[in-house]
Amino acid sequence: MKKIIAMMLVLVMVAAFAACTDNDETSKTSSVAESSAVESSVAESSVAESSDAESSDASSEAEDNGVMTYEEYIAAELESEVVIEAYVQAHQSWWEDKITVYCQDKDGAYFLYELACSEEDAAKLIPGTKIRVKGFKTEWEGEVEVASGATFEFIEGADTFIADALDVTALLGTDDLIKHQNEFVSFKGMTVAASKDAEGNDVAFLYNWDGSGEQGNDLYFNVSINGATYNFCVESYLCGKDTDVYKAVEALEIGDVIDMEGFLYWYQGANPHITSVTVAE
Amino acid sequence: MKKLIALLLVLCTVLPIASCHGTEDSVAFSVPESFDTSREYEISFWAKNDTNIAQVNIYKQAIADFQELYPNITVNLKLYTDYGRIYNDVITNISTDTTPNVCITYPDHIATYLTGKDTVVPLDELFDDAKYGLGGSEVRFESPKESEIVPKFLEECAFNGYYYAVPYMRSTEACYINKTYVEKLGFTLPETLTWDFVWEVSEAAMKKDANGNFAVNGQKTMLPFIYKSTDNMMIQMLRQKGAGYSDIYGSVELFNDTTAEILKTVEEHAATGAFDTFKRSGYPANYLNAGQCIFAIDSTAGATWMGTDAPLVDIPEEKLVEFETVVMSIPQFDPEDPKMISQGPSMCIFNKEDPQEVLASWLFMQFMLTNEVQIAYSQTEGYVPVTEKAQKSDEYLDYLSRAGEDNELYYKIKLDAAKLLLENTDNTFVTPVFNGSASLRNAAGQLIENVNKGVRRKQELDVNALYDEVISLYRLDQIQTSSDKVSFGDLPNGSVALLAALCVCWIGMGIYVVIDKTKRKK
Repeated sequence: MKKIIAMMLVLVMVAAFAACTDNDETSKTSSVAESSAVESSVAESSVAESSDAESSDASSEAEDNGVMTYEEYIAAELESEVVIEAYVQAHQSWWEDKITVYCQDKDGAYFLYELACSEEDAAKLIPGTKIRVKGFKTEWEGEVEVASGATFEFIEGADTFIADALDVTALLGTDDLIKHQNEFVSFKGMTVAASKDAEGNDVAFLYNWDGSGEQGNDLYFNVSINGATYNFCVESYLCGKDTDVYKAVEALEIGDVIDMEGFLYWYQGANPHITSVTVAE
Repeated sequence: MKKLIALLLVLCTVLPIASCHGTEDSVAFSVPESFDTSREYEISFWAKNDTNIAQVNIYKQAIADFQELYPNITVNLKLYTDYGRIYNDVITNISTDTTPNVCITYPDHIATYLTGKDTVVPLDELFDDAKYGLGGSEVRFESPKESEIVPKFLEECAFNGYYYAVPYMRSTEACYINKTYVEKLGFTLPETLTWDFVWEVSEAAMKKDANGNFAVNGQKTMLPFIYKSTDNMMIQMLRQKGAGYSDIYGSVELFNDTTAEILKTVEEHAATGAFDTFKRSGYPANYLNAGQCIFAIDSTAGATWMGTDAPLVDIPEEKLVEFETVVMSIPQFDPEDPKMISQGPSMCIFNKEDPQEVLASWLFMQFMLTNEVQIAYSQTEGYVPVTEKAQKSDEYLDYLSRAGEDNELYYKIKLDAAKLLLENTDNTFVTPVFNGSASLRNAAGQLIENVNKGVRRKQELDVNALYDEVISLYRLDQIQTSSDKVSFGDLPNGSVALLAALCVCWIGMGIYVVIDKTKRKK
């Protein structure tokens, strides 16, 4: 009997040691579970801000589906529901199922802030593409826009449209400039004026509005004409550090005379998102 | 023989039990015996600033000073102006094993990082290390002891039984008030701001004159009460009311009757235009400074933007209005028992294969707690240092005593905001941290945002439908509570067999003892 018990105890001990060395398998399982948890967290984060994203292909419908003209859109009250059709001119980088789009048609322009959009659809938002957007009109710090969370659909078979830049140089500082809010515009013959960096030095541009950024962040620079100075911006989510305009601004020198194109964004006044800069000969 | 059997039994009992546990041990890092200074280290530091060049310069100076002390450690700074972007980048980099070494973060975010195995280094062992720990003998600068970090702030960095971060700066929310307009409307500011008072004055400010301008400011625009961070608004109101939000196990308690009452109040005042939010209208500071807002609630770390004489202004000069600015704690339901959120950046260390690299990261992180860094950074905004050592230093006390000497370093509103937190540290709180707590926080704010937008869009408030929408949007129904994910899970088959064998052993031994005794009696 004693021998049997001893044998059983030995067996149990051996099995116990075997169980101890079995941790690897458990760890692997656990590791997989944890790694999925991270992924689901990302998904959780991705979905968090995206509202009812329902963008999808849809055939062009001739029926009257409440689409507004630009005039009707402008006349619509803030926080009222709007439906517009317009052509994509550019967009900022897609992020967490959202994308900010600059749209225009022959009558005027629209700024679509954080449109609900899948990554797949974002790839199809190429300049010229016509889309139908449903959302709410709102205003943020002076910028009239279609509010975050609007939905859109592609209009299949539609024509395309790319806006020519409207020269608004002469309108700078006037009340008429805001009439062209969000449009693709140009500014000609403006002179790069000094900005002050952190040490108080005169510089041609800053990373972030006060120089607190680094390459890759928004660029801010001052340009003057007719004795007045304006602050323009290269929005990094629209034109990143590898784009020609970003590099062109980084190469600017105080006193350079430049022509620019961009979208007439508004923040407490005109704050154009510049997309091209050419130094005059 | 009996003794041998007894010994074997003890061993057999202890070992199998030990084998059933221990598979969840995530503490992979241990402090090296000594720091190898013969090697070169390159560590990355992802830091958040408030789009404030002074803060960036302090980071750069801190790095330069640290590298002078530790020439073999190079610190590469990457700048962010948004916690959300840091969070997203870290999540992306966890999957590619390219996380930074040191990172400015929020505990809510760390809870998500921790769902990856051994991602964030628990700091307890580092804190206590005699040579390299807080106040350690081998640290080449005057590092604070653990007891010199404000206990309340340090507690905020502990969860799951470990410290996973150290506080870097702390702030709370404050109400920046246009006192001139409050008095023009016939009111006197109470000693402690209450919600009732704020709503009453805000409604009074909506009166218009014969020309359609708001009577109080003579302008077409007046948003009397603007809240910057609506998640904080909901969280603090619930806490002040003693209502549920979440518990430490990750149970979501947000969707309760008190929340519904709060939303009804928000709806009522959004409908008149007396209340608005940053997300819908813009920065509270811009409206306050333009004389278009009376109560602007924002972080104490936004104080340098508040007021006619603010050193940082984001509106055209011609829109600035002269008024007297007062800083008060956020409105309370019970003035006798004030409650306000504690917020501000913390720092964590990501684990690396090389423990020496982790130790180098820890030394740098510790350097960020020195008086020089703490005091300098806190002075850039209405932050307060996280160490009592810095808070009680002559330099900091001198700084606090000079409020209003100028409109830059000693800008009164900024110093008043910092003092507000110093005087109310014991009244601050944080919300429980768990994987999903960041989503819950967003959901809390979304409730208010949706009501605020909905009212203006003439949508009727259906609280239950709103709850469902927000739960779905933030996947709150997928948050696992601690009780859902019991650490050990089901016993492995081997362990079950083992325990069964043990039982058989005990039974066998029992039988043996009985037989033996029977034989002896005979």
